Amino acid sequence: MADALLTLEGVHTHIGQYHILQGVDFTVPRGAMTVLLGRNGAGKSTTLRTIMGLWQPSRGKITFEGREIGGWATPDIARAGIGYVPETMGVFADLTVRENMILAARAGAPDATRLEWIFAFFPALKRFWTQPAGVLSGGQKQMLSIARAVIEPRALILIDEPTKGIAPAIIDNMISAFDELKRGATTILLVEQNFRFAEALGDHAVVMDDGRIVHRETMAALAADTATQTRLLGLSLEAHG
Amino acid sequence: MVEQDGAATASGASEAVAAGGADYLPILLVPALAAAALPLIGNPVTWITLTIAALAMGMMIFVIASGLTLVFGLMDVLNFGHGAFIAIGAYLAMTTLVPLAGWIQADQLGLNLAALGLAILAAMAGTSVIGWAFERVIIMPVYGQHLKQILITTGGLIVTEQLIHVVWGGDQKPMPLPTALRGAITIGDVAVEKFRLLAMVVGLAVFVAMLLVLNRTKLGLLIRAGVENREMVEALGYRIRRLFVAVFVAGSALAGLGGTLWALYRETLTAGIGSEVIVLVFIVIIIGGLGSIGGCFLGSVLVAQMANYTGYLASKVALASNILLMVIILMWRPQGLYAVGGR
Repeated sequence: MADALLTLEGVHTHIGQYHILQGVDFTVPRGAMTVLLGRNGAGKSTTLRTIMGLWQPSRGKITFEGREIGGWATPDIARAGIGYVPETMGVFADLTVRENMILAARAGAPDATRLEWIFAFFPALKRFWTQPAGVLSGGQKQMLSIARAVIEPRALILIDEPTKGIAPAIIDNMISAFDELKRGATTILLVEQNFRFAEALGDHAVVMDDGRIVHRETMAALAADTATQTRLLGLSLEAHG
Repeated sequence: MVEQDGAATASGASEAVAAGGADYLPILLVPALAAAALPLIGNPVTWITLTIAALAMGMMIFVIASGLTLVFGLMDVLNFGHGAFIAIGAYLAMTTLVPLAGWIQADQLGLNLAALGLAILAAMAGTSVIGWAFERVIIMPVYGQHLKQILITTGGLIVTEQLIHVVWGGDQKPMPLPTALRGAITIGDVAVEKFRLLAMVVGLAVFVAMLLVLNRTKLGLLIRAGVENREMVEALGYRIRRLFVAVFVAGSALAGLGGTLWALYRETLTAGIGSEVIVLVFIVIIIGGLGSIGGCFLGSVLVAQMANYTGYLASKVALASNILLMVIILMWRPQGLYAVGGR
C-alpha cells in the first residue's frame, strides 16, 4: 500500500449529547481513491465533517501530510490542501457560477486551462457561467460543487455522496472526471452508496457501522465478495446500484 | 461525454425568480403604496412633499440598517446594541461641530459641507473603534446564543446611553443645520427641504457603494457567500471571523453616519436617539430579508413611506402601521422581500 496521506486514529466525535464517532481508525493512501461505505447513520458524513474541522473531534488523532490537524479551524484545514464537497453541495445560490468559482480559486483568478478541463466534463457550467447558481438543477449544482473543489490542485478531496439524486448520464461524466483526477495523483476520500459508482472508481474500501470502522479491503475484493457486502451493507448496495 | 441539462434548464428557469436575480415584484410595492396613499391624502402637493420626505427618511434608515442586516445575515448575531452606535455617532458629530461653529454658520455651502464632512468622519471613525471593541467584548462571547445576544447587547445599549449621560449630560442637545442647508427649494407648489435632498444623496451613494463592493470585489463576494452559507466559505479556506469583524466595524461606522444624519434631520439629540429609531430598523431588516442589501434598501423606503403617510393621516397609528406592513409582507414572503440563499 502506498504511503498514507491521511490517518485517523481512535477518533471520537460528539454532537451535542450524541456520541457519533466511537473510535474511527483508517488510512487514506496517497494517490488513490478510498471509498467510505456504510448504512445510513453509520457516521460517514460525520467522519468527513470531522476531518474538515466542521465538527471537532472529542478524542483521537487526525494526521494529514504528517501534521496533526485534529482541532484545527476549518479554513486552516482547507488551506493545508483539503477540498470538500458536502452532501448538501453548498453552492452559493445567490452568486453566479463564475463567482462561485472565483471564491473557490483562493490563489487568484481561476486558471483558464484548468477551467477548460472542467468544462470538458461539466459543459453546463460554461453555459450557465454568468447565471446565479440557484437556477442550476440538482445535477448541475453537484457539478459546480465538484468543480469548486478541483479548480485548484488539492492534495486530498473529500466528497460526500456526489451521486445522490443525480441522473445516470451525469454520473458517467463524474466517473470520467474523477478518473482523470486520480490519474493526476489527486487523492480522494469518497462517501458513496451507489455501488456501481464506488466500484468503478474505488481502489480501497472502508466500511463503517455504528460510528466505527468494521471492515477494510481493496474495492475489487469487496466487489467480488457479495457475502461480505450483504453482511455489512445489507441490501443498500443493491438498492442503490 | 453526455450533457444532462435539458430538463434541468426547465426546472432551473422556474427557480430563477427564487434566486433573486430577476425578481422585480417587491419594487412595485413602492409606487403601489404611494398610489394607494394619494386618494387618502387628497392634495397632490402634500402627497409629493410626504413622498419626498419618505425617500429622505428611508435613505437615513437604510444607512443605519444596512450594516446590521449584514451582521445578522453573516453570523446570526442579534445586535440590539446597534442603537448605541447611532447615538454615539450623533454625539461625536455634534462635538466635532462645536469648534466649527463658524463654518456651520457661514452662508457658504462649501464651508458648511466641509464642517459636516469632518463631523461625519469623526462619527464614523469613533463608532468604528467602539464597534470593534463592542464586538470583542460583548458579541464574541455569545456567538450562537440568541437569547444571550439579546440580553447582553440590550445591556450594552443601556450602559452606552448612561455613559452618554455621564459624558455629555442628560439634557436634550441642539444639532443645528448648517446655514446653507436650511430652508427649502421650491419647485412649483412643492417645497423640498434642502437637507432631505442631501440625505437622499448620501443614502443613495452608500447604497451604490455597497452594491459595488458586494458585486465587484472578492471581499463583497465573500460577504454575500458568507451570509448564505458561512460553513462553506470556511471550507473553501476563508476565515469568516475576520470577515465578520470587518463587516461589524463597517456596520458600526455606517450607524454613526446614519445617527449624524438622523440628528441633523431632527435638529436635536438625546442619548435615546438610537433606541427611537432601532425599532424601525429591525422592521426594515426583517421586511427586506436578513442579509439582503437590496431588500434592506427597499424595506427602508417602504417603512419610511408608511411612517410619513400615516403620520400625516393618523399620527397615533404610525408605528402600528409599520408593524402591520411587516405582518402583511411576511404573510406574502415569510423570508422577507428578498430571501438570501437558503435562509
